[in-house]
Amino acid sequence: MVEPATATQTAAPVMPQLKDELDIVIPTIRNLDFLEMWRPFFQPYHLIIVQDGDPSKTIKVPPGFDYELYNRNDINKILGPKASCISFKDSACRCFGYMVSKKKYIFTIDDDCFVAKDPSGKAVNALEQHIKNILSPSTPFFFNTLYDPFRDGADFVRGYPFSLREGVPTAVSHGLWLNIPDYDAPTQLVKPLERNNRFVDAVLTIPKGTLFPMCGMNLAFDRDLIGPAMYFGLMGDGQPIGRYDDMWAGWCIKVICDHLGLGVKTGLPYIYHSKASNPFVNLRKEYKGIFWQEEIIPFFQQVVLPKDCTTVQKCYIELAKQVKEKLSKVDPYFDKLADAMVTWIKAWDELNPPTAGSSVPNGKAA
Amino acid sequence: MSLAIKDDEIDIVIGAIHSDLTSFMNEWRPMYSRFHIIIVKDPYLKEELKIPEGFNLDVYEKNDIDRVVGSSTLGLFSGYACRYFGYLVSRKKYIISVDDDCLPAQDPKGFLVDAVAQHITNLTTPATPFFFNTLYDPFTEGADFVRGYPFSLRSGVKCAFSCGLWLNLADHDAPTQALKARQRNSRYVDAVMTVPAGSLIPISGINIAFDREVVGPALVPALKLAGEGKFRWETMEDIWSGLCVKVACDHLGLGVKTGLPYVLRIDRGDPIASLKKEWEGVKLMEEVVPFFQSIRLSREATTVADCVVEVANAAKERLGSTDPLFARAAKAMLDWVNLWKSVGSI
Repeated sequence: MVEPATATQTAAPVMPQLKDELDIVIPTIRNLDFLEMWRPFFQPYHLIIVQDGDPSKTIKVPPGFDYELYNRNDINKILGPKASCISFKDSACRCFGYMVSKKKYIFTIDDDCFVAKDPSGKAVNALEQHIKNILSPSTPFFFNTLYDPFRDGADFVRGYPFSLREGVPTAVSHGLWLNIPDYDAPTQLVKPLERNNRFVDAVLTIPKGTLFPMCGMNLAFDRDLIGPAMYFGLMGDGQPIGRYDDMWAGWCIKVICDHLGLGVKTGLPYIYHSKASNPFVNLRKEYKGIFWQEEIIPFFQQVVLPKDCTTVQKCYIELAKQVKEKLSKVDPYFDKLADAMVTWIKAWDELNPPTAGSSVPNGKAA
Repeated sequence: MSLAIKDDEIDIVIGAIHSDLTSFMNEWRPMYSRFHIIIVKDPYLKEELKIPEGFNLDVYEKNDIDRVVGSSTLGLFSGYACRYFGYLVSRKKYIISVDDDCLPAQDPKGFLVDAVAQHITNLTTPATPFFFNTLYDPFTEGADFVRGYPFSLRSGVKCAFSCGLWLNLADHDAPTQALKARQRNSRYVDAVMTVPAGSLIPISGINIAFDREVVGPALVPALKLAGEGKFRWETMEDIWSGLCVKVACDHLGLGVKTGLPYVLRIDRGDPIASLKKEWEGVKLMEEVVPFFQSIRLSREATTVADCVVEVANAAKERLGSTDPLFARAAKAMLDWVNLWKSVGSI
């Protein structure tokens, strides 16, 4: 039986790393009470709150946090017609927060995620672990059987070529969840009581060429390296699908990271996921996705990005083109999505104009 | 979800490079006593083997190896490679093999890990190499596939190989262990996962299990270092054969799992001495890994033996001129497949 940590006050780090280089993006429609528990770990950082749903509602932010808050009216005002690419009535709207941030790193977390405890009972500082993951290299070209070799107490195993030991920059750190696991609706319906009690003390790089289902509940990434590809798609109000936002972004970023020689890590840190969403509601949202993903996965597995796609934006535009070409036949939704992907990039570039000397390619195209 | 298998489908194969196996066998007794055990003595080990009573076992020594494969092939089974003779003569479906300097480990709750049972669980539940499950092995108790995992991929594929891990003395190479002389692995990672298709992995031979009927021919003591010795820091044969296994499994749609079970590996040897003596293996990996990464097997290779032959021919062609060691390895692989056909059972 896992439980969330309660006495987090004493667990604050002495020196919060990347305090001025990291924004915490939180989508919400209800309240932000959960921040009280995270206070010792989050208070030094700037928050970007993206308020979904009714913009006339006031979201109460606990005192003492430095934040900016955007509701739908703000999103419409800032993006104008391009606001059409930002989902409404779905937590996918959080990617607006990525776009307006001016920091290098983003950590995003859901408002029903609390501080977890490790097996010794100690409160897990999820943000600190994400930072460790992101600031140390990834190793996508050869699997290390002792997992992340850059962690304390670990290293590369016998047989690991020395030429691959420098690793590549880490673009994404994907954390996990204790208690309510991130299952799809059918699995939730069949196993309503299953809880994730297993604390797997590992971080590992997802190998190049391997796709994974990314979850946006507990995620960090380097905006400079991969930000433009972190579009969470068209979900929610007026859309035929929901609960595929983070996964869509995950497939896009993985293909692009593989192409540009960047790394994606998964594993620690854990957060404690407290709320199980209604599986019947979820089933309605996911229903089409369950069929569509059978086409979507082979599509992403076979994507080849041309060598002249040397920036994330170029990769993403090319990906949008291929989505339109190859997935529109699955459903006209993908045609709309491909257009929205292009709109997103235009909006991103408008809000994040390249500064002089920053048009350097992000990495070597594979 | 797991296949039900009987005890008599399993062989435990131990390569004895130490003569006194008393405490080793006694520590493993709770896990091993149900099974048939094959002990193969390093043909170059002079002392008599000391094995405690109470086990169902067959012991093979130099004369036996001579008799079965001929004295000219004896050298193939020197040192750590003696265990491969056990794989050859076994008639069981599953093999579990552990170095003779490893003992049962304790899990974080203090219970002894039954490495045999865990390996068997790994081999008898499906592997999922085509898409990464972020909650690791979905067939473990209390876990499942996560949201976004395609349903058509949820039945998985047969798992042909299970790589376990090591507490205390981890399997680092000599330079790494020499640099971090006091580092010992105390992190118990409670997970089994499938190594994704297309991803290569350095398979350490210290703690493994496999379906002999399926991948036996790929476990071949082919890559013998010039200064090969009786410490793992002085060998690369398991890494080479592991890469063959992975490439064949990827080609044939079979799975390889890594993670649990842990064994406790005893402190032994001096990495600096091994380093001074030989680090040929470390240098060779710079050639070996790109070679395996670039291998493309043909559609005609429909069995593991076929795959081994193609890898051997490719090794001879592409690496033979780099170092004669590779040409010898290629020949050893081809000889092995023939040996397997005549002595072993494919």
